[in-house]
Amino acid sequence: MALASDVPKESFRLSMLIYDTRYRSITIQIFVLVLFGLFLAWLLNNTAQNLATRGKEFNFGFLWQRAGYDIGQQLIPYTNDSNHFRALLVGLINTLVVAIIGCVLATVIGVFVGVMRLSKNWLVGRLMTVYVEMFRNVPLLLWILLSYVILSETTPQPRDFRLTDEMAAAGEAPAASMILFDTVAVTNRGTNVPSPLFDRSLGTLDLGGMSISLTLLAYIAVIAGSVWVNRRILAAARAQQEATGDRPVTWWKSLAVLFVPVIALSAALGLHLEIPELRGFNFQGGILVAHSFTALVIALALYTAAFIAEIVRAGILAISRGQSEAAFALGLRPGRTMNLIILPQALRVIIPPLISQYLNLTKNTSLGIAVSYLDLRGTLGGITLNQTGRELECMLLMMLIYLTISLIISAVMNLYNKSVQIKAR
Amino acid sequence: MKKSVFLGVVAATTMVAGAAAAQATLEAVKARGELICGSNTGLTGFGAPDASGNWTGFDVDLCRAVAAAVLGDATKVKFVPTTGETRFTALQSGEVDLLVRNSTWTLSRDTELALDFVAVNYYDGQGFMVKKDLGVSSAKELDGATVCIQTGTTTELNLADFFKQNNISYQPVTVADDSEAQRQYLAGACDAYTTDASGLAASRATMPDAENHVILPEIISKEPLGPVVRHGDSNWGDIVRWTYFALLIAEEKGVTKANVNEVAASTTDEEVKRLLGLSGDMGAKIGLPNEAFKNAIAAVGNYGEIFAANIGEGTTINLARGLNALWTQGGLQYAPPFR
Repeated sequence: MALASDVPKESFRLSMLIYDTRYRSITIQIFVLVLFGLFLAWLLNNTAQNLATRGKEFNFGFLWQRAGYDIGQQLIPYTNDSNHFRALLVGLINTLVVAIIGCVLATVIGVFVGVMRLSKNWLVGRLMTVYVEMFRNVPLLLWILLSYVILSETTPQPRDFRLTDEMAAAGEAPAASMILFDTVAVTNRGTNVPSPLFDRSLGTLDLGGMSISLTLLAYIAVIAGSVWVNRRILAAARAQQEATGDRPVTWWKSLAVLFVPVIALSAALGLHLEIPELRGFNFQGGILVAHSFTALVIALALYTAAFIAEIVRAGILAISRGQSEAAFALGLRPGRTMNLIILPQALRVIIPPLISQYLNLTKNTSLGIAVSYLDLRGTLGGITLNQTGRELECMLLMMLIYLTISLIISAVMNLYNKSVQIKAR
Repeated sequence: MKKSVFLGVVAATTMVAGAAAAQATLEAVKARGELICGSNTGLTGFGAPDASGNWTGFDVDLCRAVAAAVLGDATKVKFVPTTGETRFTALQSGEVDLLVRNSTWTLSRDTELALDFVAVNYYDGQGFMVKKDLGVSSAKELDGATVCIQTGTTTELNLADFFKQNNISYQPVTVADDSEAQRQYLAGACDAYTTDASGLAASRATMPDAENHVILPEIISKEPLGPVVRHGDSNWGDIVRWTYFALLIAEEKGVTKANVNEVAASTTDEEVKRLLGLSGDMGAKIGLPNEAFKNAIAAVGNYGEIFAANIGEGTTINLARGLNALWTQGGLQYAPPFR
């Protein structure tokens, strides 16, 4: 009986690495890996050598030196006596604020425009097409500069708000005045909005250099509590509806639960608004939202929204017409069909490309340098880099930070994506 | 075999890279036949291209003098515009041979940035410019003002120090270069513009309504501005330093662009003879032809002439010599003996 195992067993020869298809691909991969490793080693070696010839060493000690410069917009306490690391944090927070507000705005505008673009109304559809094509096809930097120039050149100077004695005597009004019941001043430098002040503030909690406002914590706790209670009320209502078919009236309970505690807390803490007032060269008091910030957020949001609109439109078109026809057959109105049937399904198609738009927006915040917005690029990659001369360290650190932010956004959005995907049961 | 070829290539590129770094600037300039000079992106009077693209200015003339000394031709200069932010990187990376761009000499720039400041061609200080109708007469009245400031400069740090010392506050608007600062200042986006007093005078000269702007009396810092070279090439540093000193000595001795040949033929002053390459082999000592400094003076004139032509009284910039007068006239410009 002939056995199949009679095939002569070939011994391994070195040439088989190239001529035997079983090994060839591994050989090639190893070879390329070695090449790549050598290239990296060469890059590192070259860098080290060049740094050495210039007498520069690689270290991050400069981060703990006094920064010595001032930053216009600072959301955590910072003075020119703080160190470069603190300046980095201020910049990082400025970056994140623009990124978060930009992403939220872009999503809202993008979804709205994407849905509107599919409207049967000819005018609305065309207008949205014009918007999308305009914003998608002009470089973002130009939009940022345009919005900045519009904001800063069409608004009055702070001193135009001043009422001099001669003007009062002549019965003239100042050239410019504040809006929204005299609480908000828009000048060519920024928007001065009122800031909340507390007569009986709860003070701050000091956690290893980071001071956290107890007042803010109190508000967060009260709001979270209200929301939780409200959900319980709604859940109880739903349970009753399922049991008896009768849904109890809950709107006044929800309103009371959501607003009364916050209002009570504000009253207890003595909340009032500090209204900006023209003193000296500028408006003092309140919060100054610089035009560089506003322009950057507006341009980023509008630009990214155009891309998101296209993604949303593609997502909606991917849902078969049968779905909406079925919904109409059941008697659902178009608005509810969109909200209850189409969008939830479209989300599955929309979210993966949406993630990359969020990443783009976040990275594009670094264009803020064009309008003197001091974000991470402006502090760490701009002034700190320049004043300390640590180009390599600053650039590497900055790249690492942007990479980390992007990976975090990706991870969070991927989690969300998983939660809206079709579950295979 | 493939591998050995690859390793050979790696070794070769590494060596080329190493060799390029070690090559001295003088040889590189001579081989190229052109001096690459880092300049301002445009500061009238100091370094700016005119309508037909020719660079002119006080700093530009120093570059031309060095080119005349090294290459014998003051036109063989390529000017690379640099901002406050990019200038030192451009020099460190070898993109430019020499940086003459109203840069302030400080300890950390001299050491940490691995640069060498070789001379001070303009003694300056930081000042403030405001619009006349603002009614401000002193920088100390600027409490709460918005101030335009160029980023990557020493003025940025001085500004913070000044306001802190005087216990007053300000809102900084950080801009990249002089023209952007001017735009913002003229548009009223900032109340005051601060930079070196000479830079303010230069900016004001280009404004359509120069008479409506006033430079405040306070000078809040020392800003010694001068040419910069890379650290580690002392010979190149010597060349730039002594070319500059030659221009100073020429003014001291009354040698001008117009009379340099005449003086060379008739002088009996030993120092002038050394300066003009008639004795002493001074040029050869730093690797240049002996008539190098004569060429420099013939090309751009002496220090006083350069000052008068670009930024002196009577020009639009209209700066007095002040600290920049020769030491013999009560100023600080002083050259060591040429021997």
